Amino acid sequence: MKIQLRFFASLREGLGIAEESITAPEPVKTIADLRGYLIERGNPWSEVLASKKVIRCALNQEMVKESTLLLEGAEVAFFPPVTGG
Amino acid sequence: MQNDFIRIQEADFDLTTEVTTLRKDDPRVGAVVTFVGTVRDLNDGSQVKGMTLEHYPGMTEKSLEEIITQARGRWDIYKTLVIHRVGLLMPEDQIVLVAVTSAHRGEAFAACEFIMDYLKTAAPFWKKEDTPEGARWVDARVTDDTAMARWNL
Repeated sequence: MKIQLRFFASLREGLGIAEESITAPEPVKTIADLRGYLIERGNPWSEVLASKKVIRCALNQEMVKESTLLLEGAEVAFFPPVTGG
Repeated sequence: MQNDFIRIQEADFDLTTEVTTLRKDDPRVGAVVTFVGTVRDLNDGSQVKGMTLEHYPGMTEKSLEEIITQARGRWDIYKTLVIHRVGLLMPEDQIVLVAVTSAHRGEAFAACEFIMDYLKTAAPFWKKEDTPEGARWVDARVTDDTAMARWNL
């Protein structure tokens, strides 16, 4: 499945990239699966996206839970809890 | 007629100009409530020399539209304006403006506070502070989540 990844704030800095296009393998069905798949890349991914960290995610620019199913060609963003205002 | 205005910009804003524009030619209005957030020089025990605000273009506008939709579902309000600055800001600079017009103050007060509380927990903005100890990303506050929880979304 083709996914357009976006990273913001401290996650972008930690990973050293703002966006990336990937083709996720068959078993990756949810955003949580995707996060796990990226963690398997090893450092810095395993550290920045570590499961103990509170990370928010968005699917096609809408904040969603990690259990949300991915969609073909979706834009998936990972970022820290927001601090605007 | 457009009733909701959302602007993400680097430039500063002028409260009087914005309010004048928002309620122009709208004699239904009996109440205007505004909130302005500004940069403090102290946060979490550190001097703040400046801060950089980042956002998620596209999602930011969508999330603010959703917040305003929710507010309209709860209160009888006429017009709304949200301006949020991004980029480099200094202590005392204005960061955010929320303005709401209504026939009566109760609706405008509540809607303005709701929009601000919701913005702080749902709109994709992130602050990075420049302190004497170095640059650091601001952590989300539990108090913001508590403020949001009051509204029982």
